[in-house]
Amino acid sequence: MRVLRNIIILGLVLLLGGCHGSKESVSFQVPDALGLERSFELTFWAKNDTNKTQTDIYKQAIEEFQALYPNITVNLRLYTDYGKIYNDVITNIATGTTPNICISYPDHIATYLTGDNVVVPLDDLMDDPTYGLGSSELSFVSPTKEQIISKYLEEGKIANHYYAMPFMRSSEVCYINKTFVEKLGYTLPEHLTWDFIWEVSEAAMAKDEAGNYLLNGQQVLIPFIYKSTDNMMIQYLAQADAGYSNEQGEVLIFNDTTKDFLQTIAKHTASGAFSTFKISGYPANFLNAGQCIFAIDSTAGATWMGADAPLIDISEDALVDFETVVMEIPQLDPDDPKMISQGPSICIFNKEDPQEVLASWLFVQYLLTNDIQISYAQTEGYVPVTYLAQDDKAYQDYLAAAGSDDDLHYDVKLQATNILLANVDNTFITPVFNGSSSVRDTAGQLIENTVKAVRRKETVDDAYFAQLFTDVSALYHLDEITTTDAKRDLGPLPPTAKMLIGSLAVVWCGLFVAFIWQIRQKKREKR
Amino acid sequence: MKKLLFLALAMALALSFTGCTKQEETVETAPATTETVETSAPAETATTDVAVMSYEEYMAAELDTQVCVETYVQAKQSWWEDKATVYTQTPEGAYFVYDMACSQEDYDKLVPGTKIKVTGYKAEWSGEVEIMDGSFEFVEGADSYIAEPIDVTELLASEDLINYQNQKVSFTGMVVEAAGQDAEGNDVAFLYNWDGSGSDGDDLYFNASYGGNTYTFTIESYLCDNTTEVYEAVENLQIGQTIDMEGFLYWYEGVNPHITAVTVVE
Repeated sequence: MRVLRNIIILGLVLLLGGCHGSKESVSFQVPDALGLERSFELTFWAKNDTNKTQTDIYKQAIEEFQALYPNITVNLRLYTDYGKIYNDVITNIATGTTPNICISYPDHIATYLTGDNVVVPLDDLMDDPTYGLGSSELSFVSPTKEQIISKYLEEGKIANHYYAMPFMRSSEVCYINKTFVEKLGYTLPEHLTWDFIWEVSEAAMAKDEAGNYLLNGQQVLIPFIYKSTDNMMIQYLAQADAGYSNEQGEVLIFNDTTKDFLQTIAKHTASGAFSTFKISGYPANFLNAGQCIFAIDSTAGATWMGADAPLIDISEDALVDFETVVMEIPQLDPDDPKMISQGPSICIFNKEDPQEVLASWLFVQYLLTNDIQISYAQTEGYVPVTYLAQDDKAYQDYLAAAGSDDDLHYDVKLQATNILLANVDNTFITPVFNGSSSVRDTAGQLIENTVKAVRRKETVDDAYFAQLFTDVSALYHLDEITTTDAKRDLGPLPPTAKMLIGSLAVVWCGLFVAFIWQIRQKKREKR
Repeated sequence: MKKLLFLALAMALALSFTGCTKQEETVETAPATTETVETSAPAETATTDVAVMSYEEYMAAELDTQVCVETYVQAKQSWWEDKATVYTQTPEGAYFVYDMACSQEDYDKLVPGTKIKVTGYKAEWSGEVEIMDGSFEFVEGADSYIAEPIDVTELLASEDLINYQNQKVSFTGMVVEAAGQDAEGNDVAFLYNWDGSGSDGDDLYFNASYGGNTYTFTIESYLCDNTTEVYEAVENLQIGQTIDMEGFLYWYEGVNPHITAVTVVE
């Protein structure tokens, strides 16, 4: 009878295991120990901002890590675009040739997770007594879980599991030509508002008889340029407490607040006061040429901003001198500021060999060590993701030396960094689910299309917005996003599911019959 | 009884596995159907009928207006998600067509010399005048035209250079200058990416001088990848060599030629 019971249990285990998908790779289990007698070759796909110092830091990190773990080799592949990484990962998931370690956005990881066991959940690795965060048995000083800024750590959580470790964090800020603002008779407020930016931008549009703008004496002036229109819409909707999407994957962006904001954008596009990176060019180039007053871009673009910027993309003779001030992005309610949290995160792809995954995890942890965190954060307006690095004397000295030179301590970069450090609690991320990156694309596309339509003299009215919502929803297949709302009508069960349930019922009936039969047998034996 | 029970359980398990297998077969394996962008007919793509313009009329057209030109493909830069970026030219002037709606099948047919009719919007991005959000059709039975490069070396320092924007051009007798330094501090003739942050396969940047002025040239990796002769030629350049070049007169915050051929003459 015991044999029969074991068979039934095994059958049930196999049954449930089989349902999980026999073709997918096996889920990762943390090995007891890393095989130091073996050699591992890992691939690391890393993103940089087309910044040689950043690529040098990656290379240096690899060199140091390999010295600590001579049996592990890390091969670096450099990218400058998150979208390209995403596309390449999708292609390589299909062929089973994903990298071991990859810089990614959580939105993208949510899509990778569509395949079972493609991305390694990090929970067990983080807590592992030997190889986990902060373990004393590692060959380097790894931060403990508590030493990683919890808000950033939580951003890598998808469906209650950690799938990404934060690497660097940034946000958006507004780089301002203060000289121009004051020339127009305005004083910068303590906190920027959308109304202030629109008002100053409109005031800058006056021209002389020759068609030159009075403000800069040039033929070109776009007072307000936004780099990421995705973020522009996302942050505005968050500030307005309006719908965007939710954790269940519902798309809520097509609402009246969105339409009202687009109408505002249309109005200021029509006057020439507003444009976007995709339509006109890099905000930094316009700002540095005295052709822009408010340039909103990532804190990670700070080294390109301002008259003394260490990185310049326009000719010397096009540069103008002005005072640059960095402020938080415009707010609807300055007492309740909201700004997006962004920046590179790291994920680990699953492999047949759990030892290879463990080796990858060690390298990921190494990227969180102080020297790497601090040196990479210094390359742009990034901040380290650990308290350990942020509290480090070297980092504090770096912050304290703001403005002492126009290179490492470039004032504008450190202004951006300090804004980010002061606003950790005011940052937010958007819900992550399979399809969330499409909703993000939608947010930006709505603005880009509206701006184009205005510039092309199309009629932009209620009918336009109704059609725009329909077109963009279709463009990004938003109606195909699967929500996880339990109340949603999922329709009739598919035949395979019915068969599965029927089979389970048969098995349980078998168990019941066996149980009754066993009782009767015992009764007979007693007689 | 045991035999019967075993049989029933075995059948149940077999059925269950069958169910699982079938289910697996019908699972949608495309990892991100929601991520696929429909680009064959973008919402903002020009679709209305516009009369075909001459190059003069095109240049006179205001930015953000709809334009329509008949032109000849000179080189293809990229194709991605049903959008193509193409250098085109007529005997009168050149048109850079950015992200034009194009199937992969049609992209394959866009060989140099092919005449196409492009409808889109005139735009300017960082100084580069282009046709964007466009669509195209092949001009059936048309002739073929491949432009001869025009030597603009003497115009490099001239304001007139912009009049040749996007055209197939040549530069002759230019001297290779240092593009930057390697990790050891030695001068190098080219960089992967503008600051050397890239690696093999990325854009190449190199400098060459003429008449006392130094100019930057680019091997755009989408236009000429690391399997092309020109990519290899630039990787082998030596500082001080005299070279002739051909390419397209692209613009980014000033002239930024995309080079397609390099010949060392000295």
